[in-house]
Amino acid sequence: MGMGVEIRNRIAKRAAEEIKNGMIVNLGIGIPSLVPNHLPAGTNVMFHAENGITGMGPSPEKGKEDENLCNAGGFPVSIVKGASYCDSTIAFGMIRRGRVDMTILGSLEVSGKGDLANWIVPGKKVPGMGGAMELAQKARKVIVLMNQTDKYGNPKIVDECTLPLTSARCVNMIITEMAVFQISAHGLILTDLFAPHSINEVRAKTGCSFTIAENVRVIN
Amino acid sequence: MENTFNKIIELDDAMKHFRDGMIIMFGGFGGIGTPPSLIDGILDNGFKDLTLIGNDSGFPHIGIGKVVSRGRAKKMIASHIGSNPVAGQLMTDGKMEVEFSPQGILAERIRAGGVGIPAILSDIGLDNDIVTGNKQTCSVGGKKYLVETALTADISIVFAKKADPYGNLIFDKSARNTNPLVAMAGDMTIAEVEEIVPLGSLDPDEIITPGVFVNYIVPSKGVNWKWAWE
Repeated sequence: MGMGVEIRNRIAKRAAEEIKNGMIVNLGIGIPSLVPNHLPAGTNVMFHAENGITGMGPSPEKGKEDENLCNAGGFPVSIVKGASYCDSTIAFGMIRRGRVDMTILGSLEVSGKGDLANWIVPGKKVPGMGGAMELAQKARKVIVLMNQTDKYGNPKIVDECTLPLTSARCVNMIITEMAVFQISAHGLILTDLFAPHSINEVRAKTGCSFTIAENVRVIN
Repeated sequence: MENTFNKIIELDDAMKHFRDGMIIMFGGFGGIGTPPSLIDGILDNGFKDLTLIGNDSGFPHIGIGKVVSRGRAKKMIASHIGSNPVAGQLMTDGKMEVEFSPQGILAERIRAGGVGIPAILSDIGLDNDIVTGNKQTCSVGGKKYLVETALTADISIVFAKKADPYGNLIFDKSARNTNPLVAMAGDMTIAEVEEIVPLGSLDPDEIITPGVFVNYIVPSKGVNWKWAWE
């Protein structure tokens, strides 16, 4: 994503607020991988990787990487006390059975109804769904971290996704560099605004209508 | 090492079981846990027109990606090929057919094949044409499910940390991934292992794959590719 480190961290920090003690959380690649850096000390959370790790820790120091201890993106990680390894069926069993409390991932488009399109660009990029469908469909809470607009300035939050869906009506929350939205049965609700952006600015860069929460929090 | 069950063989002998056009199932996730010496054996012996079944297509120079990148596969059944642009190109050019299956369901299809179950029922991707394809559906308890058929292979190749001469296997950390499932699903399973230890020296409580599923054991020459993070 074409955004500065500071903005990426601001999004990650806001997402970290959603993680509560005792949760099992699966993180996608990109900004989601920054989320653990923003957790308050002493938060007990088990990070889940679909390649079979429950209890992932931070990246090891250079030179201390273990080629057989990597996250689902193939990059070296460590483990925390209480961690476990399992095979792929069990890793996904945790997801489908509803044991994974939250997944935080990136997306290409999200509709105001919570439809997620993050796996295919017809004619351009057909990488396969990997574990995205299961995570989107079965994680208890789905949070999308992404830019408000694509590189051409088009809104990524839209009325109807133009790209093929990963999963319909699965996203619960969207955090962009401009605002935070919740997705409820009544549609999209703006809850937080990142300074210095204004609600009008967000409206101009959102492809569907949204309501505004009673007390919008402004994050500086 | 005493070869009590005649399962321990050299790479060259293992290669005598392969042929063109075979269905090969491989363990590994992004190359981690994919058997490097068996992959090189397949390449060096020129096997082609293969159908490859596994989690993903690796990276162009890592894991199964080495076989895919050289155009040796006519078909792949995988959940993801995004880390290997060559695989994407071969698919786009019509040189390799790719059947995508959601990752956890792919793993369950492999497990089903390995444990003698003909199919599983799944609600993953029910509203997605690419997943549903021409698959049968059925209704259980008033809910609709896809019938996801089991997968088996002519040969399964896996990578383990240790084996004893019976083929009991333990794996290394996240290199376990699909290996225990793949190990069960082959008509023949060849395990490449980092270490062969005497019979009785593996704690029976810690064995992940019982040796009944393993036909042959090949000592590994080790990973010889550079990882993406290196």
